[in-house]
Amino acid sequence: MTAAAITPARKGSGFWSAFARNKGAVIGLAFLTLIILMAAFADVLYPDSPWDMTAMPFQPPLSEDALLGSDTLGRDIAAGIAHGARVSLLIGLTSTAVAVLIGVFLGAVSGFYGGRVDDLVMRFTELFQTIPNFVLAVVLVAIFTPSLTSIVLAIAIVSWPPLARLARGEFMSLRSREFVHAAVTTGQSNMTIIWRQILPNSLSPIIVSASLMVATAILLESSLSFLGLGDPNLMSWGYMVGAARTVIRQAWWMSFFPGIAILLTVLALNLVGEGLNDALNPKLARKGRS
Amino acid sequence: MSNRLRHFRQTLTAAALAAALAAPLALTVPGVAAAQERGGTMNIIVQPEPPILVLGLNQQGPTQTVAGKIYQGLLTFGFDLKPQPELAESWEVSPDGKVYTFKLVKNAKWHDGKPFTAHDVVFSTSKLLMETHPRARATFSKCEKIEALDDYTVQFTLKEPFGPFLQAFEVSSAPMMPKHIYEGTDFKANPANATPIGTGPFKFKEWNKGSYIHLVRNDEYWKAGKPYLDDIYFRVIPDAASRAVAVEQGTVQQTQFNDIETFDVPRLKGLPNVEMTTKGYEFFAPLSWIEINTRNKPLDDKRFRQAMMHAIDRKFIRDKIWFGLGRPATGPVNSVTRFFEPNVRKYDFDPKKAEALLEEAGYKKGADGTRAKVRLLVMPYGETWTRLGEYVKQAMKRVGVDVTLETTDAAGWVNRVSNWDYDLSFNFVYQYGDPALGVTRTYVSDNIRKGVMFSNTMGYSNPEVDQLFAQAAQTNKDEERQQLYSAAQKILVEDVPVAWLLEMEFPTFVDKRFKNAVTTAIGVNESYDSVYMVKK
Repeated sequence: MTAAAITPARKGSGFWSAFARNKGAVIGLAFLTLIILMAAFADVLYPDSPWDMTAMPFQPPLSEDALLGSDTLGRDIAAGIAHGARVSLLIGLTSTAVAVLIGVFLGAVSGFYGGRVDDLVMRFTELFQTIPNFVLAVVLVAIFTPSLTSIVLAIAIVSWPPLARLARGEFMSLRSREFVHAAVTTGQSNMTIIWRQILPNSLSPIIVSASLMVATAILLESSLSFLGLGDPNLMSWGYMVGAARTVIRQAWWMSFFPGIAILLTVLALNLVGEGLNDALNPKLARKGRS
Repeated sequence: MSNRLRHFRQTLTAAALAAALAAPLALTVPGVAAAQERGGTMNIIVQPEPPILVLGLNQQGPTQTVAGKIYQGLLTFGFDLKPQPELAESWEVSPDGKVYTFKLVKNAKWHDGKPFTAHDVVFSTSKLLMETHPRARATFSKCEKIEALDDYTVQFTLKEPFGPFLQAFEVSSAPMMPKHIYEGTDFKANPANATPIGTGPFKFKEWNKGSYIHLVRNDEYWKAGKPYLDDIYFRVIPDAASRAVAVEQGTVQQTQFNDIETFDVPRLKGLPNVEMTTKGYEFFAPLSWIEINTRNKPLDDKRFRQAMMHAIDRKFIRDKIWFGLGRPATGPVNSVTRFFEPNVRKYDFDPKKAEALLEEAGYKKGADGTRAKVRLLVMPYGETWTRLGEYVKQAMKRVGVDVTLETTDAAGWVNRVSNWDYDLSFNFVYQYGDPALGVTRTYVSDNIRKGVMFSNTMGYSNPEVDQLFAQAAQTNKDEERQQLYSAAQKILVEDVPVAWLLEMEFPTFVDKRFKNAVTTAIGVNESYDSVYMVKK
């Protein structure tokens, strides 16, 4: 990151070369691509449902009918990991999208209008920030009964406050810039200024934090499933670890492989986030464009 | 009856003789494997921590296990569920089955030194338990009168014969409570509730909340020379993994009921220091099943329910989900209790038969291979039931039925099942040693009561079954009852009002040095007056 900050990126290929300068980010992107491919082709790799009991229970890894072993009911761990990738990515991406919508909207309003609106929105945001994330997510999912929608919403609801603060900061600082004043004098409406002038210029940090937020969301989903608060009809990595936890002394592989899958995905997302940060660093981006 | 009584006297005398002979032997020949020696401390897990130890006021599982050492009933029950003497040394039943007369032991004393008499029995059964104990109230409200003929004779006169009346004198069903402490007081607010006083072999010493309950030997116990143990500690260990470790390390010498999770059982079974038994739960004899809301389509069709019985592999459930604990159930009555009927329609695991039944019922495969859709509300009682839900979903999918799993918390489960807001769920209930006590309530139509859990929540109604159960309860002739219950079981198994899964077993782990822990059908809830420790 520091290296990238010192050497300004060049025009055009600037984004990619800045991104590629971070070795970790490239490795992370490669991993992430693999995981996305696995999720996309899960139905081709393992056409049967991951809940099907296809093997003998408690088969160790490298068995004939289960590459990564089978679980307590004889379900294929490898199939679970492939299909679980879908659930993890789906929940990670959609809940982040919802959180970005809420966070950026509130942050934008608060930063742009300032004054009493700002006070009100920020007190509201602080209300959410004072409650521990995970506890609130558990409560929300428990109240609305675990399902895909309730989990996505719960994760989004606990994740938006930092985005709102970030967007507010960006909007406040950009608001006093000349191009915004110019837009005001040419008579553009507030909505147009927010949407067409300020938002495009404040996207970079938002994209960076959103990419990291996907990783957090996946972790949150895994933790919820681990505690048995996942959608009972969806195979997810957290569920696999949670279900296998009880037999960990007899069958390590049941929790080990899904655990590794969570670790690698979250790590990959973090590395990519770092890379994006390097490439989209606001200062660099402005220098590149001007 | 007189035969049985003689038999009891003989066994009692034999036991007394053996004890008398064994004691000097053990003293004179040290080194010979010891008989019942005095001394020793037993640590037993109790989980969850009981709210109170007064058995007359609270009959939750853990309370029964601890308070069973402090309080006693008039009778206890052997593995065959035949009554055995406890505070009643003998009893008689009139030929018409309406009058029960109990002769009490004469030397029993309360822990505060007052003698135990027939007046305590009358007070307990006609006053205290009527107010505090739902099961006892149901039984003793069938009595026309309850009276003490003299200080050591009690007579119960019933309005009409009631088959399982003797079962009601088991310690948790009717614990004897001290009249001199409770009479005329507000039972639940009595300050003496903090220091329970019973007639049992162990006295309450100390309760360190969240940690342990300490019971000590009652030196004035009415059975001479007993108990053998000096004291018992009940240890509160809320975490399942810690409980398993406590057994492995030998810091506790006994666990019971659900203390050890099913998946830990195979591992602990192999330990050299403990022995596992599944005996001693015959009086409770729980049976598990898939609860079926017979009001909803397609579950209102008998053939659909029969197909479920064929589609689900109960042996797999026993072996892989319950890790070998239990027996595949064949019908509504647990085979270790009374009046079980083995000759009923058999539902072997056979998905083809299941599909044939579904075809016959008109549930054809749609374009996506699905015949019907149902919801399954998974019982929130831990891992094992969740696994069971996942298994049932897959097993039903194999025959073309799409099952959607729903999860909820304990309160939500009770609320939804008791208000009939479900398609399928799981359930298990205790049978209390007699179909009239633990089986009838699930299937008779006058127990279809909205909002009441463990009633006939399926909405199953068959006048013939109602009639059979009613008749069977109102007679005390065992042969006649067997015929009636057999007929009822045959009809029920044909109708499948619930899909029976397992006759559940609980594992009891006992340290090998402790003997006689499980000797009756109430197992770990026994008084433990004959438990002894072999010192090495």
